[in-house]
Amino acid sequence: MLRIAGLTKRFGGLTAIGDVTLDFAAGTLTAIIGPNGAGKSTFFNLISGAIVPDSGQIVFQGEDITGLSRAAIVRRGIGRAFQVASFFPSMTVAENLQAAVAAHRGQWADLGRGFPRQGVRERALEVAEMLGLHDSAHVLSANLSHGDQKLLDIALGLALEPSMLLLDEPTAGMGPEERWNMIEKVQRLWRLQNLTLVFIEHDMDIVFGIASSIRVLCYGRVLAEGTPDEIRANPAVIEAYLGTPDPEDDA
Amino acid sequence: MASGMVRTRIWRDILAGCLLVAVLAIVPALIPARAFQDFVIRCSSMALFATSLNLLVGYTGLSSFGHGMFFGLGTYSFALLMQRTGVALPVAFLLTLLITAVTAVAVGAICIRLRLIYFAFVTLAMQMLLHSVVISWVGLTGGDQGLMGGIPRRSVLGVDLGLQYNLYVFSAVVLVAGLLLMRHIVNTAFGTSLRMIRDNEVRAAFLGIVVWRVKLTVFVLSAVFASVGGMVMSLFVSGAYPELINWPISGDAIFAIVMGGIGSFLGPAVGTMILLLLNDVVTRQTEYYGLALGLIILAFALGLRRGVLDFITERLGGRPAGGIS
Repeated sequence: MLRIAGLTKRFGGLTAIGDVTLDFAAGTLTAIIGPNGAGKSTFFNLISGAIVPDSGQIVFQGEDITGLSRAAIVRRGIGRAFQVASFFPSMTVAENLQAAVAAHRGQWADLGRGFPRQGVRERALEVAEMLGLHDSAHVLSANLSHGDQKLLDIALGLALEPSMLLLDEPTAGMGPEERWNMIEKVQRLWRLQNLTLVFIEHDMDIVFGIASSIRVLCYGRVLAEGTPDEIRANPAVIEAYLGTPDPEDDA
Repeated sequence: MASGMVRTRIWRDILAGCLLVAVLAIVPALIPARAFQDFVIRCSSMALFATSLNLLVGYTGLSSFGHGMFFGLGTYSFALLMQRTGVALPVAFLLTLLITAVTAVAVGAICIRLRLIYFAFVTLAMQMLLHSVVISWVGLTGGDQGLMGGIPRRSVLGVDLGLQYNLYVFSAVVLVAGLLLMRHIVNTAFGTSLRMIRDNEVRAAFLGIVVWRVKLTVFVLSAVFASVGGMVMSLFVSGAYPELINWPISGDAIFAIVMGGIGSFLGPAVGTMILLLLNDVVTRQTEYYGLALGLIILAFALGLRRGVLDFITERLGGRPAGGIS
């Protein structure tokens, strides 16, 4: 579905992403892990068109999307959510989602008819329901709880009916209980919406609990890739990142 | 259902606009003072200008300090077309809109790449540039003296705008039509795109909005409405003068927005009324007009912390400033 070949991005003397080659198969739920500064967020920014790579190629569904604009990449079906929840604080939840649905339907430059047009309101509510936000539909998004703001951010990405969704630390800043609540929602979304989902996560319990495959980045390079079991047993990963496993923790 | 509510909203606005024109048309029969009509004409011109600026400042978050260049361009281009060519008034009106739009595309293409204070200062610089061209190109613009000699052929569909009352009703009609059009713009999906960019430009881009196109479009649209305000002013002063294209005129519009309310559609129009009333009252009392106005602005900015209409809306339990109207 998404094929990345020889991707490189340097910031001054620092190589944030160095010669990364990765494949993401359709329908997978992939976790990207790695220590701080490993280049995980940069990697997302490269795929979604926020920054242009120095070299390498990004191929999505058979099409080379390297160097395309953010909007052009969104139109091809890659949605994303951010580490710090990103939404429109002066609007209610419903208005946020209506705006996203209208944008997805290509109405964003429409100067002719009133907003929202036929069906936009209904579709926005459907998206709110997928993430359990329908009860707060008329709450000003700036006043939502931190967890709900993260959900709204994901819902905005989802309103684009993407085939691939990139989630940058969906559980950032959450307490343990809230985390699992969020992860259950993400997992359900992945199952029901037939999505290819890639997420960045620091909580290893979550990563090994739900991911169908894992990619480990370290200093901008791919340290390892494979199923959770393969990653757990990988000596390079253990040394660099996971630490020595407990004796009873069967690899 | 959704589109039904939208339609009701449009008809309600149109009805309110027609009522305003009707009331204004009757008032001179009760209060024959010429000063009142002058006030309404100046108000119409400046309110269109201030509201058009608020499309940028309030709705899109683009603080232009040089929006007066398009107001001034409207006065000069209209006055020149009327004085130097033989075209009818409506043709001069449309040509001026075209000239403004083309200029705004060129200026906007340069300015919208910039953000925040850089955008503000480059727009200001652009206006200063245009002002100095007007001052130095004496042969075309009359330099410091401006374009004197009046506006000939002031007839629209058989109505003579040379008569005070006719110009008064005309300016009210233009104001209402302009406000209704701008109201429509902010209520479309495009209007929602403006708020998205104001709130969170990055998020808007990641939802598929081509941000520069939206910004350039709103820049040109707001310039065109400012130019309409300029044309009303040109008819009122019978020409065009350098003060109408100089940078303090942009400041007046910003004052109007601050005093009336950045978060309400009619805020800038209300602010214009307050500004012009203050202007008339204060200049009658003291020559230190700038000082008095400065103190009042400070009171608004530091005391009330919002414009009059935003304040009232919030008191009535409405959305805090900056919300969707």
